[in-house]
Amino acid sequence: MSDMTYRDAINLALREELRRDPTVFILGEDVALYEGSFKVTRGLLAEFGAERVRDTPISENTIIGVAIGAAMGGLRPVAELMTVNFALLAMDQLINHMAKIRYMFGGQTMLPMVVRAPGGGGSQLAAQHSQSLESYFMHCPGIHLAMPATPADAKGLLKTAIRSKNPVMFLEHELLYNSTGSVPDDPEFLVPFGKARVMREGSDVTIVAYSRMAVLALEAAHALEQEGVSCEVIDLRTLAPLDVATIVASSLKTGRAVVVEECCGAAGLGGDIAWRIHAACFESLLAPVKRVSGLDLPMPYSSALEKLCIPQADTIIMAVRDVVNGRT
Amino acid sequence: MEIKLQAILPGQKLMHLYRQMVLSREFEEGCAEQYTKGRITGFLHLYSGQEAVAVGATAGLHHEDYILSAYREHAQAIVRGSDPRRVMAELFGKSTGLCKGKGGSMHLFDPEHNFMGGYAIVGGQLPIAVGLAFSSVYRGEDRITACFFGDGAVNQGTFHESLNWARLWELPVLFICENNFYGIGTEVHRSSALASIHKRTCGYDIPSEKVDGMDVIAVYRAVRHAAELVREQRRPYFIEAVTYRFRGHSMADPAKYRSAAEQSIWKSRDPIPAFAKRLLEESVATETELEGIRRECTELVKEAVQFAETSPWPESSELWDGVYVPDDAVGESDHV
Repeated sequence: MSDMTYRDAINLALREELRRDPTVFILGEDVALYEGSFKVTRGLLAEFGAERVRDTPISENTIIGVAIGAAMGGLRPVAELMTVNFALLAMDQLINHMAKIRYMFGGQTMLPMVVRAPGGGGSQLAAQHSQSLESYFMHCPGIHLAMPATPADAKGLLKTAIRSKNPVMFLEHELLYNSTGSVPDDPEFLVPFGKARVMREGSDVTIVAYSRMAVLALEAAHALEQEGVSCEVIDLRTLAPLDVATIVASSLKTGRAVVVEECCGAAGLGGDIAWRIHAACFESLLAPVKRVSGLDLPMPYSSALEKLCIPQADTIIMAVRDVVNGRT
Repeated sequence: MEIKLQAILPGQKLMHLYRQMVLSREFEEGCAEQYTKGRITGFLHLYSGQEAVAVGATAGLHHEDYILSAYREHAQAIVRGSDPRRVMAELFGKSTGLCKGKGGSMHLFDPEHNFMGGYAIVGGQLPIAVGLAFSSVYRGEDRITACFFGDGAVNQGTFHESLNWARLWELPVLFICENNFYGIGTEVHRSSALASIHKRTCGYDIPSEKVDGMDVIAVYRAVRHAAELVREQRRPYFIEAVTYRFRGHSMADPAKYRSAAEQSIWKSRDPIPAFAKRLLEESVATETELEGIRRECTELVKEAVQFAETSPWPESSELWDGVYVPDDAVGESDHV
């Protein structure tokens, strides 16, 4: 095990997979010479050369289309979108093409490709650079969606994504890049998809979260312990496939659940997860499931306003208290 | 003076081109009939009138070259080698279809013949063609990628992004624009500031030419020459094939935006009788031989319809097949 940042863990996963499989290559805006706008691809051009680490024009839709074609042609592209906000420029290739091609062509081809994109709010980047778009992708069949919360998962999930035969959206959180943790050195360390991790066991409430929200949920759980509330924290790790079994088992055990999402609440994934808990655990629930969501607003710039839009540890703590006290 | 046909291709090959054009036409007219009978449903875009482009271009390519197209692609798949029976079955939505009934008319795909798909989002196939060409270069393959699209696609962002990218990365893509003058009901001069489409590539430093898309030999010669350049130089090239669709945009379109006079001028240039006339004039074929080909193609389409009719519907158990690759490193998915 080595201590490293989330950023370096992703870099290591890319490096190991580039070494392991000559069909893996990287493409994206400023990923090579500039080493990535968040420096995730630092050192890769130097080690692997310009054939395999490739700068592209600012043409997001075509970045994804080229990755699709390359994957269809037998390569394993890892495309970087500079931020997930720019995925909106590529939605035609992501949704109409990447997610559909295998099915509409009768299963005759596969697209082993990864689309990496940093996202999330909290850096005062205002409305066009602060979005959490995970619900958009979770809504679309044909895509796997991974959102790591820890450096170890960042490495293990990305390696699994690169080795997968299916298209994977791999969404990184910009505020986690400098977070640190222990990461296995084993180049065969893989984290399977569709297996949530119980970050902390507890008996009173289940908190279901992912990515940075899982980190905040854990913080909230520590604080709530002082109040005598025992929280079980589940980090989903992948939203598609979704580990419904782990969510349900924990909710049955605790009888209460809070679902935390950073994205806007309207038609958000938290509603879907909350429904799944209700449908499977209705008879055993001691209180209705509570949702904690990003506010339904374009992200404001001012720090005073921005923090109100994004779920904080305190927001989660209040939601847990509500559930425990039977307030809906 | 026009070069004699047999100085360009041997007689057998010329007859093959004629046969492919006739089969394409017969297939499309057979589709129209089945559509009116309610056996083919959904959108149906027919290729009648444009046969010289698919047939001439495919003859100018190698079989291992990738081909991608849009949603008016039945003929391109069949000419490439796809079984007409399985194409018809796909249009019927049957399990024996090329894509097991999952894709339909607009989404044919046949990797055995390097036909890498029909795509129904205008311009959506261009970036994918660029990516396929990149995979060939990366893997050290000799093949090129031919990408067909219509005049409507040239105002999509993907057109400009893909041309720029193909030239920037020096990729072996042959872009073939089938200019039939109408994007559904909008004529080219009402959608493009520069209606002469092949001239638009100068912004991307890609050589281009315009070819008579109603003349199968002209298309064949242009594509063969262009494909050689693309293969040797590992650079993109652009062909605008000027053509005309004899039917509306789809079966739902009576095409009232085109005058009777305009349609009749183009129909007088029908590529099939025009080529038959040359074959007869230059004694490559006899009328009896051509008639034999026509009868044979009619029969093939009848067989295709029969095959589609008698094929089974997909089982409901097949519904979830093919979304994800099941034997995946990612483990069990609740979707698989």
